[in-house]
Amino acid sequence: MIQIQGVSHAIGGTPILHDITTTLPKGRLTALIGPNGAGKSTLLRLVGRLEPLQQGRITVAGHDVATTPTDRLARVMAILGQQTAIASRLRLAELVAFGRWPHHKGRPGPQDQAQVWLALKAFALTDLADRFLDEVSGGQAQRAHIAMAWAQDTDWMLLDEPLNNLDMSHARSLMARLRGLVDQGGRSVAIVVHEINYAAAWADHVIALKGGRVVAQGTAAEVLTEARLSELYETPIRVGTHQGRPLVLHHA
Amino acid sequence: MLGAMALLLAGLSAVWMLQGIGGGNRGFILGLRGTKLAALVTVATAIGVATILFQTVASNRVLTPSIMGFDALYVLLQTGLVVVLGGAGLAGLPPGPKFLSEIAVMTVLASLLFGTLLLRGARDVPRMILTGVILGVLFRSLSGFLGRILDPNEFAVVQSVSFASFNRVDATLLPWAAAITAAAVLAAWRLSARLDVLALGRDPAVSLGLAHRGMVLGVLGLVAVLVSVSTALVGPVPFFGLIVAGLAHGLMRSARHAALLPAAALSAAILLVGGQWLFERQLGQAATLSVVVEFAGGLFFLYLLLKGRIR
Repeated sequence: MIQIQGVSHAIGGTPILHDITTTLPKGRLTALIGPNGAGKSTLLRLVGRLEPLQQGRITVAGHDVATTPTDRLARVMAILGQQTAIASRLRLAELVAFGRWPHHKGRPGPQDQAQVWLALKAFALTDLADRFLDEVSGGQAQRAHIAMAWAQDTDWMLLDEPLNNLDMSHARSLMARLRGLVDQGGRSVAIVVHEINYAAAWADHVIALKGGRVVAQGTAAEVLTEARLSELYETPIRVGTHQGRPLVLHHA
Repeated sequence: MLGAMALLLAGLSAVWMLQGIGGGNRGFILGLRGTKLAALVTVATAIGVATILFQTVASNRVLTPSIMGFDALYVLLQTGLVVVLGGAGLAGLPPGPKFLSEIAVMTVLASLLFGTLLLRGARDVPRMILTGVILGVLFRSLSGFLGRILDPNEFAVVQSVSFASFNRVDATLLPWAAAITAAAVLAAWRLSARLDVLALGRDPAVSLGLAHRGMVLGVLGLVAVLVSVSTALVGPVPFFGLIVAGLAHGLMRSARHAALLPAAALSAAILLVGGQWLFERQLGQAATLSVVVEFAGGLFFLYLLLKGRIR
């Protein structure tokens, strides 16, 4: 379980998060949703200690992110921020292999290589393993970054907009993989997602943020209602159902 | 590849030491040449390793410590010392401890200054580069200003550190410089696996559990030590590091620091020893190595800029 207590955060004097208290349940796929600028990414980055905590307390599986040594946290959670270009010239397989670093600290063993190979296979990257990162498409690079976080093999996986640049079939297979991690692997996953139907179709738990505050949280069926979503995004939204799960109709 | 480079360097060094050695005072000639060879190799290693380290910290393949003003800071420190203590007072200090304390001050200053710059400005790369370049200009103008108000005799002391020359190397500093360089390079070598992670950038490095802040400050400290050594021995050579780092990346085709660091040190040593041999023995000192290195390095810098490699 990730516990967030009284977290407030400001960037350059502008308040981004106001006194957030919530929990991300263990063994579930949690989706963070909300309009642009709601503070979703900031909250995820604070949990993943990519930003220093200004106020409040966050614990991940009992580890306080402000005081636990960072290399210890790297074996508890993997976080993938929104992708930025990497200066060094790396092959895809080399990038994914870095995911094992928290475990071997520079001395990879055979089981690390096996894990890297599994990660490459899981994200259909084996054919691209020897290509350089700056020679593949945005979606392929995105998959390589996710594969790196996957190879880290942690109980918690936090992904900031992992569906960026992915086509329909890769987006769907990524969600299916994350679902598999939760259902078969007993892991916990949190994602920031904009395309609401991915949350509707795959998430167990949904946290809706707006203006730096939690406005709704609960199961997908509880949060993804017409009234809540229309208010959240300030636009009229209809919600139907498809195979027992909410289907959000926002295109017309 | 590294083996071939080491062999080439060994061959060049042998030619350097033994060429045309007659029956005269062999001990004297070998001593003279040995000192110079040791100085060239020390400087080359320091510049090569410092540049690779700095490029890794800055996540940028076009920057070098010199472009960001590291060596200008060292020259300013020297000029300041001459102003405060006077040329004679400075000469009266024991060279070893003086050198060590200069390096210590330089390391603290550079880590504070560039640490703040890199940790705060990491998301705004153009602003960071601009600030660094402007700091370099500021340091150079400050030492220029101090130079103007100095007594000409004392200015001569400053001058020896402000212009690059591979011909007059301060032999008293050499043992200290070599030992310090060896220690810093060994430290960098032991960090090479962590440097690989650091090179991924801040977010991935933190996610993988690297103590990012400490690592950045530590690496900048090492860079400051190495730049102090090379500047004290031969003076500032802004673009040499750029050539060497470019060569190392081009030759290794790998981003692993365990390969990049020795490649940069070896190619720098080959260039310096080979170049000095060419100018001193073949061209009869018709030109100076530092000028040619700077000219070639400047062109290479422009080429990198125009190819849009600045990120």
